[in-house]
Amino acid sequence: MITRLLPLRRGTDADQSGAQSASLRVAGRASSFLRKLPLSGRFGLGAVLFWLVTALIGPWVAPHAVGAFVDQEVFNGISGNSWLGTDYLGRDVFSRLLWGARYTVFLSLGAAIIAAFCGTSLAMLAAIRGGWLDELISRAMDTLISIPSKIFALVLVAAFDSSLGLLLLIAGITYTPGNFRISRALAMNLASMDFVQVARSRGEGAVHIAVREILPNMIHPLLADLGLRFMFIVLLLSGLSFLGLGVQPPHADLGSLVRENISGLTNGALAIIAPAVAIATLTVGANLLIDSLKGGGRS
Amino acid sequence: MTSPQVEVSGLTITVPGIEGGTKAIVDDVSFAIPRGEVLALIGESGSGKTTIALSMMGYTRFGARIAAGSIRVGDRHIDDMDDGALATIRGRDIAYIAQSAASAFNPSRTIMSQVIEPLLVHKLADRKAAEAKAVDLFRSLALPSPETIGARYPHQVSGGQLQRLMAAMALITGPELVILDEPTTALDVTTQVDVLKTFKTAIALSGATAIYVSHDLAVVAQMADRIAVLKDGRLCEENAAASILKNPKTDYTRTLLAAARPAERPRTTQEESATPVLAVSDLVAGYGRVRDGRPAVPVVHRVGFELARGEALGVIGESGSGKSTLARVIAGLLPRASGSVRLDGEELPYGMAGRTRDHFRRIQLVFQNADTALNPAHTVSQTLSRPLAFYHGVTGGEARARVSELLDLIRLPGSIAGRYSQELSGGQKQRVNLARAIAAQPDVLLCDEVTSALDTVVGEAILELIDELRRELGIATLFISHDISTVRAFCDKLLVLYAGTAVEQAGRDRFALGPHHPYTQLLLDSVPEMDPTWLERRRSQAPAALSEKASGDLCAFLPRCPAALEGSCDRVGPPSREDAGQSVLCHRTPADLHRAGGNA
Repeated sequence: MITRLLPLRRGTDADQSGAQSASLRVAGRASSFLRKLPLSGRFGLGAVLFWLVTALIGPWVAPHAVGAFVDQEVFNGISGNSWLGTDYLGRDVFSRLLWGARYTVFLSLGAAIIAAFCGTSLAMLAAIRGGWLDELISRAMDTLISIPSKIFALVLVAAFDSSLGLLLLIAGITYTPGNFRISRALAMNLASMDFVQVARSRGEGAVHIAVREILPNMIHPLLADLGLRFMFIVLLLSGLSFLGLGVQPPHADLGSLVRENISGLTNGALAIIAPAVAIATLTVGANLLIDSLKGGGRS
Repeated sequence: MTSPQVEVSGLTITVPGIEGGTKAIVDDVSFAIPRGEVLALIGESGSGKTTIALSMMGYTRFGARIAAGSIRVGDRHIDDMDDGALATIRGRDIAYIAQSAASAFNPSRTIMSQVIEPLLVHKLADRKAAEAKAVDLFRSLALPSPETIGARYPHQVSGGQLQRLMAAMALITGPELVILDEPTTALDVTTQVDVLKTFKTAIALSGATAIYVSHDLAVVAQMADRIAVLKDGRLCEENAAASILKNPKTDYTRTLLAAARPAERPRTTQEESATPVLAVSDLVAGYGRVRDGRPAVPVVHRVGFELARGEALGVIGESGSGKSTLARVIAGLLPRASGSVRLDGEELPYGMAGRTRDHFRRIQLVFQNADTALNPAHTVSQTLSRPLAFYHGVTGGEARARVSELLDLIRLPGSIAGRYSQELSGGQKQRVNLARAIAAQPDVLLCDEVTSALDTVVGEAILELIDELRRELGIATLFISHDISTVRAFCDKLLVLYAGTAVEQAGRDRFALGPHHPYTQLLLDSVPEMDPTWLERRRSQAPAALSEKASGDLCAFLPRCPAALEGSCDRVGPPSREDAGQSVLCHRTPADLHRAGGNA
């Protein structure tokens, strides 16, 4: 009776997949991933890759040094010497953009990843162990979220002096509780699902349940959260720079570039438009890419 | 003869196909229903029965479109109507009763305000007249305290009552056509009988024409004048109910009929082994704080049984009777409060802590709902290889070979290994779910309602598979179900749970002889038969003999028991009566019970 309902179709696909070598499969998966990506996703991937490359090689291809004054005129338009005009001090915007990209990309992205990693790990721990540990972590996070982030940064910078490592840490810690809240809610829901119960009744340890059973099912909303948090961190860092606590002059991240040239807004200076467009393409690109990735391993 | 009340011809409903174009989910379906008759649409899930039923109201679910055909209800041509015109007839001339009343009612408004809504929306009556009409309907639907039930909120009435209230909402405008979409599927079998009965009389009384959507032939046999069998959106066969049931014309209908009557399976040959694989005695478990071996909210109360290698024990009970909890306690997911669980003579620790990996391996739990029991982020091969690696350390090529062996065992093609669970059908998911448990090479398989979420035909195939596996591999099976006829055909031993207590326990042959505990008797009487006259023949449920509440050690079934004895049932807990391999928890003697069960 069963065979009649579900005719056997063995010996077709199974043989082929067995014959494929591992490396071929990886290459095949990459190209099929690209093919499945919708147009918006490909644009996003392109934008993200472009900014990653820029951040990596920026300082080497920049025509001028980051603090070099190249023109007497401030807020100049496009010229052969300064491709994107000059800023409020007559420095080359294009060069500053290339230098600044690495702060935004690595510092902000790095901090966002630190925040996501810490928040999600703690959330998993809280969701799986539950009980008093969950209480403890949750209240600690509540405490952290109630400290104003700028004041927190101010105190730390005053105490330890501004450095890239410290900025990374501050931004990371500041955004951990937000990520914790979201991932704890997701993990709590998933932890009560039947497939987690199955894993528990199989005798699986907490690490397997967290990493193999729960995490793959919450990765998509987490990535969306990462994109959002990344933008918040760009804002926080530029705010800190404005206070003189962030990236130290003459260096500037993209957010600071916008802020320091704010006086050029009235005459529509390229010096403010160019970094704004840079931030826009990076964040929009990252979010487009994240949105086009399908969650839960669905293909 | 006048023209039929409802006439559908050449109905085709399409959805956009995956690679452009369109795909017909309902293909060229035609039928007609004379005034006042009930047509049943029957078929497995995905056969388009609900889609057809909804199209009677000119409604298609998102993305779907009525591509061709005509629908006539009374003198209205539904297919020609625009949205505005449809809004005037929906809920007034054509009413819909959904499968789950619990999710169809708004939990934050009183029942009355929702039941009279159709009258108010269509401005057919003022509030006062509408409420009076609703109370009349409540009375004719045999609802308790019809004057005041409307003031309650949906969560304050039982599932069966809510379903009847939903019928009241549908019938209040005196519609020409009522559509009932699996209205009793979510109900317990004992409740289902009463709901079916009231539906039948209410529909007959209102004179409405009805379409009854169901997958259960036995239920349909009670309700319908005509039956239309659907398969993959096409009409297989349409005829008077009696002739479909007696002389089915197509193979598919015959398959459906065969699946509805579970075939008896041969008993497991008993090898008299010294110790049973699984021995449970005096098991008490529940939720909340445990004090003196009694949890705050007891769910399972002093249950005991023994299970030999390759044997199957069926656990039957309605929802909330503690069936699933019993399985979870044995698996260790919920620690027991007291009692013992022995695996091959070895006492198992109370909860998960202290159990070895081998303990876990030897007891495998198969969950009811394969949709949620399979991790959506894992492929079939990942799902199946995990227990292999975890329990047996099998990885790499050997694991791949084992996975394809397992897929073979559950009769799925090897190509399915790379798929995610969302890409599988319901039956395939349940097979994978089962294979994951088998991969551990367990001694005991706990099957928790594994077929209840599946269509009859698919469920029957899964049962067949479990039966084969346990015979071939010698796995002792605990088969939990609410369906007594399935269990009776499938298992060697039966255990009837009521409110966490084992009220009756017997071998299959002994069980067939009777007599039964009053609750078992009620269950047996409530299973619909294929005979269309069954509902009329069935005696109405006898009222409880005593109006005593169950408390303490008293019999849990006392508030519903028609055979309760004054002076003993309401004073002391029931004794367990052992009689030739059957044990019944009741004050009545077997001879007494025999009389009570037999003379009806």
